[in-house]
Amino acid sequence: MTASPYVLSLRHISKRFGALIANDDISLDLKAGEVLALLGENGAGKSTLMSILFGHYVADAGEIEVFGQPLPRGNPKAALAAGIGMVHQHFTLADNLSVLDNVLLGSEPLWLPFSRRSAARQKLLDVANRFGLPVTPDARVGTLTVGERQRVEILKALYRGARILILDEPTAVLTPNESEALFDTLGQMVAQGLSIIFISHKLAEVLRVSTRVAVLRSGKLVAQAAAADVTQAQLALWMVGHGVNAPQKKPSTHVSSEVCVIADVSTDTKNRERLQQVSLTLRGGEIVAIAGVSGNGQTALAELLCGTQRATSGSVQLLGKPLPPSPEQLVAIGVARIPEDRHAIGVIGDLPVWENALSERLRSATFSKWLWVRRRTARAHANRIVERFDVRGGGALVPTRSLSGGNMQKLILGRALLAPDGMPAARLIIAHQPSWGLDISAVAFVQQQLIAARDAGAAVLVISDDLDEVMVLGDRIAVMHSGRLTDARPSSDWTRESIGLAMAGAKP
Amino acid sequence: MTDILDLLSNVSFWIAVLRIATPLILGTLGVLLCERAGVLNLGIEGIMVAGAFAGWLAVYAGAPLWMGVCVAALTGAAFGLLHAWLTVGLALSQHVSGLGITMLATALSYYGYRVSFPKVSTPPTITPFAPMDWLPIPVLDAQTSLTLLALVLVPVISYLLYRTPVGLAVRMVGENPQAAEGQGVSVAWVRTGAIVAGSALMGVAGSFLTLSAFNAFFFNMVNGRGWICVALVVFAAWRPGKALLGALLFAFFDALQLRLQQAGDAALPYQVYLMLPYVLSILALVLVARKAAYPQALMKPYRKGER
Repeated sequence: MTASPYVLSLRHISKRFGALIANDDISLDLKAGEVLALLGENGAGKSTLMSILFGHYVADAGEIEVFGQPLPRGNPKAALAAGIGMVHQHFTLADNLSVLDNVLLGSEPLWLPFSRRSAARQKLLDVANRFGLPVTPDARVGTLTVGERQRVEILKALYRGARILILDEPTAVLTPNESEALFDTLGQMVAQGLSIIFISHKLAEVLRVSTRVAVLRSGKLVAQAAAADVTQAQLALWMVGHGVNAPQKKPSTHVSSEVCVIADVSTDTKNRERLQQVSLTLRGGEIVAIAGVSGNGQTALAELLCGTQRATSGSVQLLGKPLPPSPEQLVAIGVARIPEDRHAIGVIGDLPVWENALSERLRSATFSKWLWVRRRTARAHANRIVERFDVRGGGALVPTRSLSGGNMQKLILGRALLAPDGMPAARLIIAHQPSWGLDISAVAFVQQQLIAARDAGAAVLVISDDLDEVMVLGDRIAVMHSGRLTDARPSSDWTRESIGLAMAGAKP
Repeated sequence: MTDILDLLSNVSFWIAVLRIATPLILGTLGVLLCERAGVLNLGIEGIMVAGAFAGWLAVYAGAPLWMGVCVAALTGAAFGLLHAWLTVGLALSQHVSGLGITMLATALSYYGYRVSFPKVSTPPTITPFAPMDWLPIPVLDAQTSLTLLALVLVPVISYLLYRTPVGLAVRMVGENPQAAEGQGVSVAWVRTGAIVAGSALMGVAGSFLTLSAFNAFFFNMVNGRGWICVALVVFAAWRPGKALLGALLFAFFDALQLRLQQAGDAALPYQVYLMLPYVLSILALVLVARKAAYPQALMKPYRKGER
């Protein structure tokens, strides 16, 4: 009997969620010691496939073989025992427990009368050493940086003796420098005989780390190729299925007067999500993009300008007057808000599209009279948004939660940018992670709309942890770290490297 | 003022404190176990009633006292199993299920009592646990062995939670069930186990009232002690040692108000004294519990395969 060259084989995996076919007859093999990149847009089925492999989901059809043995379905314990380790995109760590606790869980029989903690600590340090992933075993996970937490997440898998490691969008939360460090770690793991599946939708990093690429689209495996044989353009075509026009942006021509002046503002919220003496001036006809790793004060800044958080010191002037205290007044003046978390804050999922479309202006004379909502006007307005911003998914009467992420974002964009009759157009646009989690076409649409609004004279503030987005959109760029903001300098003054350094807190 | 000093130097006062604290210690440990695993158990008030009644009934029917305690524990465990089925199996609201169990358990106990003793004017009595005279420790020698059990359980549960794999699993399930599942631990089983064990403790807490503190079963005898336990867990920041401290503190104020009532100089209406322990526990909660690091997954139902 000859040894199979594959450490892992997926055969004809299919999975549906209701009407959605998440995985459609996917067969995929992983060779020993290779890095296989699994590329695809959000919703292409990458995460579902890996969740099936790891036993979080049960496939409707298909089989999995690991090291020549069939893998029982829907059983994370069996997957771990077979040597599969998973590093989730959203870390599965308990913040209030120590690093050691997080790693140790599940590695001992539950009914042991005591934990062998000192032996475990030693083993953890050994593993950490072998793969070049330094950790402090007794630190509380809640006190670690995102990069350190990811290390713990990886160590959890290695500690359990993983031979196959699945990394789900590992760079989404890292600074460019942390990403580089991660890529080095991957190299060490492969050198020690591990096989890696690397999930991503970023073309450049896929080509940077992988030996082979498999592309998923709408639940189907559409292509496989050696990384050395393909280009980014080819991968993009496979991933999207058609060419995408990147947003066209000319340099801003007529920068007008100051719309919003933030002077020396500090806020008082927890730890890193606190602004410390932030100053920034936003002018009409210009996009200012703020780069930075999430959690460094971006939310505080966005909330400040959206009227949901107060400054404890410093001042914010909007069109020459102090920032009004309520979101309602802000909207009335012409502040357009695109919040970070569209599901939690952006829309109310159970309400129909048209009610969400008027929700920001509920008490305006256009949409209400006395105690009544002017339903006809409101629905007409919602229909305009649906039409102009191409919101697909059933029109103005369906519950908003049934829209896809991209269409939900288009609805929010339309609500913010398309002023109802008799109301001023948006003067200031606050877009926080406007294209987070959207597919390439939706990203292009959203970015194009923001550029159009700028050309129409609005001041635009884009806050994003996606460096590409910052580079594409920003006329001026500033970087946020630990609640502090660098000067906003023209984008031509920045390079990817200098932004990366500033994101990590280095002084320019 | 001297009155109070006299009171504090009086052994019988401290005996009362420890006696009042015993059901609170047991109940608080029970709630703590459930909440550490991420499940609120508002069934405690009713489970204590059921434990008090079932334990007492068993002894009244001729079972030995310790058998009565076991019956109370099993009764608690049974209601715990129901709570687990509703909150873990069906992932229903933990508040609603807990309150429902309190009402169900209370009503069943009263019903059982009425059916068993349709025509009594004075409640039938049993011979309760005797004090541990043989112990050479003052204050403790006036308590029953159930109090000793409660005190011993504090370090035992502490060890269980912080030094054993199953304790780590309980804490992890209460902090981040997804993480636990990802490490091959069954969230449903760990939560169910913690609820059943915690509810058994609540049953024992109830049985202390009928088998040790008193010798009969009365309506309303639990009288809010279960709710106090729920608050004490927050006060204790979900730590067994602090839970003991909190129970003793509350018992101290309760004993104090009883004595102050009896002192009877009638400067204040007695209701003010009655109120004292509750007001002080709210105050303590406000001061202590604001910074408590509560289990992150508390009251969040976990459904496997959902994100």
